[in-house]
Amino acid sequence: MSAIHGIPQSIRRIPFLRTRPANETIVGYAFSAPAFLLMLIFLFLPTIAVVVMAFTDWQFGAASFHFVGFSNFLALLGDRSFLKALSNTALYVCLTVPATVGLGLLLALLIEADKSLRAFYQAAHFLPFMATLTAMAVVWEALLHPTVGLVNQVFNDLGLPVANWLRNEQTVLPTLALIGVWQNIGFAMILFAAGLKAIPVDLYDAADIDGVDTTLDRLRTVVLPMLGPTMMFVVILVALRAFEIFDIVKILTNGGPNGASDVLMSTLYRQSFEYMRAGYGAAITVIFLVIATTLTLMQARIFDGRVHY
Amino acid sequence: MTSLAIEQPVRVISTIVPANVSASRVVVDQISKGFGSVQVLRNVSLEIEKGEFLTLLGPSGCGKSTLLRIIAGLEQQDIGHITIGSRRVDDIRPKGRDVAMVFQSYALYPHMTAAANMALPLRMRRLSKAQRLPLIGRLLPETTKIEAEIANEVSQVAAAIGIDHLLDRKPAHLSGGQRQRVAVGRAMVRHPSVFLMDEPLSSLDAKLRVQMRSEIKDLHRRVGATFVYVTHDQAEAMTMSDRVAVMKDGEILQVASPVEIYAAPANIGVAEFVGSPKINLLPGLAVDRRHININAATIAVNVDMPRGCKATIGIRPEAFQIAPRAEAGALTGITRTVEHMGADLYAHLDVDGLTNPIVVRLFPEAVPNLAPGQRLHLTAQPERILVFDESGVRISSAGIASMRSVR
Amino acid sequence: MTGRTLSLRHKVGRHAVLLTSSLIVLFPFIWMASLSLKPPGEIFASGFSLLPERWYLIQNYTKALTAAPFGLYLLNGLIVCSAVLVLQITTSTLAAYALAKIPFKGRDVFFGVVLISILIPQQILALPLFILFYNIGLLNTYAALILPYAVSPFGIFLFRQFFRSISDEVVHAARLDGLSELSIVFRIILPMSRAPLIAFATFSIVGHWNDLFWPLIAVSDQKLMPPALGVLAFRTEETGIDYGPLMAAATLVVAPLLVAFVSSQRRVIDGLTYQSPRQR
Repeated sequence: MSAIHGIPQSIRRIPFLRTRPANETIVGYAFSAPAFLLMLIFLFLPTIAVVVMAFTDWQFGAASFHFVGFSNFLALLGDRSFLKALSNTALYVCLTVPATVGLGLLLALLIEADKSLRAFYQAAHFLPFMATLTAMAVVWEALLHPTVGLVNQVFNDLGLPVANWLRNEQTVLPTLALIGVWQNIGFAMILFAAGLKAIPVDLYDAADIDGVDTTLDRLRTVVLPMLGPTMMFVVILVALRAFEIFDIVKILTNGGPNGASDVLMSTLYRQSFEYMRAGYGAAITVIFLVIATTLTLMQARIFDGRVHY
Repeated sequence: MTSLAIEQPVRVISTIVPANVSASRVVVDQISKGFGSVQVLRNVSLEIEKGEFLTLLGPSGCGKSTLLRIIAGLEQQDIGHITIGSRRVDDIRPKGRDVAMVFQSYALYPHMTAAANMALPLRMRRLSKAQRLPLIGRLLPETTKIEAEIANEVSQVAAAIGIDHLLDRKPAHLSGGQRQRVAVGRAMVRHPSVFLMDEPLSSLDAKLRVQMRSEIKDLHRRVGATFVYVTHDQAEAMTMSDRVAVMKDGEILQVASPVEIYAAPANIGVAEFVGSPKINLLPGLAVDRRHININAATIAVNVDMPRGCKATIGIRPEAFQIAPRAEAGALTGITRTVEHMGADLYAHLDVDGLTNPIVVRLFPEAVPNLAPGQRLHLTAQPERILVFDESGVRISSAGIASMRSVR
Repeated sequence: MTGRTLSLRHKVGRHAVLLTSSLIVLFPFIWMASLSLKPPGEIFASGFSLLPERWYLIQNYTKALTAAPFGLYLLNGLIVCSAVLVLQITTSTLAAYALAKIPFKGRDVFFGVVLISILIPQQILALPLFILFYNIGLLNTYAALILPYAVSPFGIFLFRQFFRSISDEVVHAARLDGLSELSIVFRIILPMSRAPLIAFATFSIVGHWNDLFWPLIAVSDQKLMPPALGVLAFRTEETGIDYGPLMAAATLVVAPLLVAFVSSQRRVIDGLTYQSPRQR
């Protein structure tokens, strides 16, 4: 191994870069070190810090703090605005997920059914997902403007009821849900399309011969059962994204009116960075962490078992 | 895919004889099919007799699978007609053609048990849409009765092919051979008049393949339906078929019994494809009606050739005999390699005057201690030498271009 | 989908439905571009028209680029996304290679650590990271925007799965040829890894270009704002909403990603639906 041509002297002198099995461990550590250190500093330590913080009463800028046990969490349980944010988030998820998944599936089925213009339709429906949500939220605001917005103008002409969509306590959350669905529908569609493509063509042939003739039959016998794992995967992914919603709330309503559109992330932001109540904000963070981790774990479990056939 | 150690041979020949099956004649009439700019089938015609086991044999891309799919109704031909039994089926969907198909990948529904897989074709035919609905269907009259009948038939067929203990398993928990049987079972339950099989054995390991060959043959005997079988494996074609249709580049080269395909190939294409090791092809010039000069020697044949014409003779490895010394009409060669197969051996020889080496099958007793470098003299009986004309068509003993039989 | 071709009736129906839904979904983009071309009078006028009577393109876009430095915002987006991507790929591929191809003690533990890290959502780190950066005086810098994302556990996972599917023999041959491990990664492994690289780059770029939450916390200096934050800042400042320039700003922010997407649609979609190859 010593007569290695073409490798400059300088590198040869750096022991851990030489190709000797004995140094494998060193190379292994060397390569992992950057990632590991970064993860330590910017992932693990902060995570531990925030969990610890949740049990203190620290205010940002205070000189000292005390451990207060679970009192932050208990306070949260009694905090009406927090509970409102929690229920709003749950409502938002319940509104967006079925619509996004259902429409996404429908779109995927339609788009994949034929080759013609497929790329265009995919691109068209996927564009909202790529676009900066904050920017598009402003566009939606223009559309939803109570007096000069296009939506209300059209509704007026059609005799449909109008409202101040983003300023009305009843309508604000559904309106935000609509924007959320608009953004994610292409994402669900792409995932379903991939799932559809994975169905072996042979199955359709066998089904044909077995007498599974009509589209409806084919959906029931072949398509939907085979999409089962994909469906679970998409539902959880879309639910995660809905759960983490922040951008449109921040820029359009900032949680208003009266907390009607406040969600978990926006209340987290407010408590931590506007009121500077670090301990309290950390407690909200921990709750967020628990819910998000549960969802992610479910998704990972399914992702692994995805190819279970 | 789970790997099982050894598939235990299963006693398949059951004493239970399933309900009698009607067999249908299948007529392929001048079928042509192209995909884009590629012409996959060119004016193919074929008559498959009632109850016959016919194999479509050929290399990849020859169009055999496409033809099978056209017979099934999964592809639509550009030109031509398919008749099954007494009906033209061109406009009839696969469901209505009374055919069943076993796919190379088996195409079992992964989310259903083996029993459900086998029951599906029957359920689709006998239950109405309403009756098939998950919960409500059960409440309708007749549904339970029909489902019970179906379950009964499924278990009968399953027992006949030895998978009745596997009915509750999903395909993921079955071995390759077991899945294959479920696929066959799904085809059998409908008692179709035509069985179509698209390379059903190619995913199995060699040992299982040999066993399944005889099982499929048994199945054919028992069931009596018309079998149309697609494969690129000549061993399968030769051992299982009543007749073989050799295909190449979208055309049928010859349709005949396996014996005839082997001993009397219609042209060089067929002769080359069937027979392992490949037939030795030696091009030459006819010096008189019954002798051809192949540069290395002048060989006597037993068919009439137009004098002076270019021809190619084909001699199968087993057709050679050892001559004690060089003589007229014998090929002399230097042994290049020897492949000992146990009961026999194959010697590759470089022959003076021939560009390619020839392969000869010999018995070890005839050439003890055969080693590379050794010189051998070989002759072949004229009756065992095939003669092909300039265009590759075989010249038969009557002197007419041989049977390029396609009907 | 099925290899079955649709009847003409169904084809037409499909187009009808999909064209309608495409139009509905694309409409906000069209409206955004349209409003960015109009003067205030027309924006607030009733009646529907896509094209302006009086073209206000120059004015709106100039205002967007000057009243708020959107050119700078876009540049910041470029800087941050590129830096993040480069750091992520470097650290992730090295670590992934070690996990996949170098047997070393503690390897499995490290991989377990990576797996757990994937579960941690970025948002929960905002508070502690804010405090950290504040204490080391790096708040309000590019470093604050870039460093938290410098490592991507998901990236490590993705590349590790892919590298595992590369035959060990390729690596052994390279070692026998005398290449150092570093050379192997950059000269042999990475060139073979186009698919996961594109997949990962897509995730990363799209995610960070559009990120609002962390930049909002980490940066208050207008000169450092990435695109999404820039939009928020512009919007908040605009009392008596000036839609023309606002729409122009939105168009500027959204356009790069859209153009990139349309020009390499296949790659982006393949990237987002990338599945790691199965284990050998």
